[in-house]
Amino acid sequence: MATGTVVDVVMPQMGVSVSEGTITRWTKQVGDRIEADETIVEISTDKVDTEVPSPATGIVREILANEGDTVPVNTRIAVIAAGDGAAGDEAPAPATDNAEETPATPETSQTMAASAAPAPQPAAPTAAEESNGDEDDSSGRTFISPVVARMLAEHGLDINAIPGTGRGGRVTKKDVQAFIDGGGQAAAQAPPVHDVPHFAPPAEETVVVETPPPAPQAAPAPAPQPSAPAPAAPVAAQPPATASDGEELYQFNTIRKVIARHMRHSLDTAAHVTTVIEVDMTGVVNLRRKWKPEYQKRYGVNLTYIPFIARATIDAIGSWPWVNAEVRGETALIKRYVNLGMAVAIDDAKGLMVPVIKHAEEMNLVGLSRAVIEMAEKARTKTLSPDEMAGGTFTITNPGVFGALMGTPIIPEGQVAILDVEAIVKRPVVVTDQHGNDSIAIRHMMFLCLSYDHRLVDGAYAAQFMAQIKKSLESWDEQAFGL
Amino acid sequence: MATKTYLQAISDGLREEMRRDSRVFLIGEDIGVYGGAFKVTQGFQQEFGEDRVIDSPLSETAITGACTGAALMGMRPVCEMQFSDFVSCAFDQLVTVAAKQHYRVGTPVPIVVRLPSGGGFSGGPFHSQNPEGFFAHCPGLKIACPATPADAKSLILAAIRDPNPVLYFEHKHLYRRIKGEVPDGDTAIEFGKARIHQEGSDLTIVTYGAMVYTAEEAAKAAAERDGTSVEIIDLRTITPWDKEAVLASAAKTSKVIVLHEDTHTSGFGAEVAATIAEEAFESLDAPVMRITAPDTPVPFSPPLEKAFLPQPEDVLAGIERLAAY
Repeated sequence: MATGTVVDVVMPQMGVSVSEGTITRWTKQVGDRIEADETIVEISTDKVDTEVPSPATGIVREILANEGDTVPVNTRIAVIAAGDGAAGDEAPAPATDNAEETPATPETSQTMAASAAPAPQPAAPTAAEESNGDEDDSSGRTFISPVVARMLAEHGLDINAIPGTGRGGRVTKKDVQAFIDGGGQAAAQAPPVHDVPHFAPPAEETVVVETPPPAPQAAPAPAPQPSAPAPAAPVAAQPPATASDGEELYQFNTIRKVIARHMRHSLDTAAHVTTVIEVDMTGVVNLRRKWKPEYQKRYGVNLTYIPFIARATIDAIGSWPWVNAEVRGETALIKRYVNLGMAVAIDDAKGLMVPVIKHAEEMNLVGLSRAVIEMAEKARTKTLSPDEMAGGTFTITNPGVFGALMGTPIIPEGQVAILDVEAIVKRPVVVTDQHGNDSIAIRHMMFLCLSYDHRLVDGAYAAQFMAQIKKSLESWDEQAFGL
Repeated sequence: MATKTYLQAISDGLREEMRRDSRVFLIGEDIGVYGGAFKVTQGFQQEFGEDRVIDSPLSETAITGACTGAALMGMRPVCEMQFSDFVSCAFDQLVTVAAKQHYRVGTPVPIVVRLPSGGGFSGGPFHSQNPEGFFAHCPGLKIACPATPADAKSLILAAIRDPNPVLYFEHKHLYRRIKGEVPDGDTAIEFGKARIHQEGSDLTIVTYGAMVYTAEEAAKAAAERDGTSVEIIDLRTITPWDKEAVLASAAKTSKVIVLHEDTHTSGFGAEVAATIAEEAFESLDAPVMRITAPDTPVPFSPPLEKAFLPQPEDVLAGIERLAAY
């Protein structure tokens, strides 16, 4: 080649909790010319489906992962021979870095059965040979060999529970056998569990260490990247479903799979408790009714209840910061900033995305209104960037918009609390005036349900946090409103 | 029981069978007065006479055709191709005539073609080949590729008694290098029964002929290096071949290398690999690997020939790669 510069394309890290990505489609093939920032591959991760821009201008020299392959983040998935005009005029180089891999001279032929044999005359090795010979190929984790598939089925095992010692972390027959022989215990070094700290806390975060403080040598070293959670016990394999008359078979799509995995893992990890409080929203309802047209005119945004509730929640977090935290082993990271997750139903309520409003604590009602509308729209049109779904510290979900009255939501992973906003309904309630006289009135009432992780947050703490939200919403200061 | 060379075992087998069965006779180039290019039949003409140990003209076609005719008349001819490479001249007699005779007419053709084969002596492209793959493709022929002195004798006895045309590949590199215990007397064994050369649990090498020893050396190095336990299956005969033994071993270790000295494409290893993929797919934990000579003629130059022939280091590298898969 005319140029010696080679640039690797790696599976990008799409958010802190994402450990792997799936190749959806290569938009370029080996030999194709590509411009910097032009899309080279489409990928699908736990968080998002997205396009990966090329890091360089040049010729696609190698493609190291097939469509459908799931590879860990930072795995090399392609190589670009960087350069401008000169390289482009040449035929694509044989897809190899190592000249000795090209059998130009007679040598003992040693190939996997599946790959093409080298012809007597020099020929470019096939892609299959390439990857077979590539020691760096780490895409094996997801490859399940026939014998492993059979053993998993026979013993009802979940492959994710078994540490892999094969090439690229592939689970081998021996790994499965060792797992079975060990009574379901991992024979090899178990992968780090989810709760191990992944990185040092940023300056904004406060580390709360439970007593007794860990000995220095007990402090886990920062791992380079988050690892996939390892279920504690093998999960029994379900027989494959088939649809009979009157039934419909639905194959989980990527989003569904992620939701399923995360929901299950959260329930397996966090100690879920839900506290419910009733809020008199009459004041907010009246305020909103009064200000809605003005808001539309002045700011061009549709004023909903969510910004009120979000603002009240953020203020309460300031007083009760432990609901805005992350539990890692016996450590909690308490966060002074609020990255507010907003659960948004998509695909006719058959899917869910959680965009994150970063530094929501800095936003007033207008800012929050805009952010909520923008994020919801992006979620529905699936144009969220991975960053816009990463880093949430507290989440609000709003099934009340559909009339729901109460719920016990599941806490998103990496957080300790989620606030369920329920429907605002008119109810007869007892109200007490300033003289202590009771009367029955028709008021706009709403339940707020907070699910929280009892490993960190106690009931008294959660109740006081909720009480402050209630107080804010019931005594909204119109003077501060809208500014 | 005595310790004999591979060559001596073949020679003894031929002699014993000629003494036992007067229908057996030998024919080939320089096998009589000279005793054969490798001296396998040295002294035979003195013992059995010129009628039973016939020096032929330099015509493999004539030799093979004469054998077929004699077999049809009730004899048990054993012919020698001076080098297995020369069998291409007899291809038509073997493939068109001998192999199809029973199918066409119903008459058996009990001939044995002895084929000194294999490289390792800088014999070059015409004196080093392993042409068994051509004939394994032809229905109606049987093929033996003994690796040990005991099997060399047992299989030459079985080949002579077999009612079909048999190609008996005797590897030249084993002739005087390999010694082993050879039981006395009638030791004929059934075709199609493999021999477990050594037991192992991590992966299987399926091979035959001289490559059994290459596999053994590599397996020993692998065991010493990191304890990898290699099972070696010596097929002994490739037509018919012992599928059952190979599939059982594949099921046990789940990783298989097929090793032969013949060249790669359409070599007999392809048949073994394909059969494992077809019939033992659910037992596999890795792709079946072939280690063979490359698709070129056998080079003269000693360094090139060494590069051409699968060496223990090549097999060791294959073992390591497959074990780590």
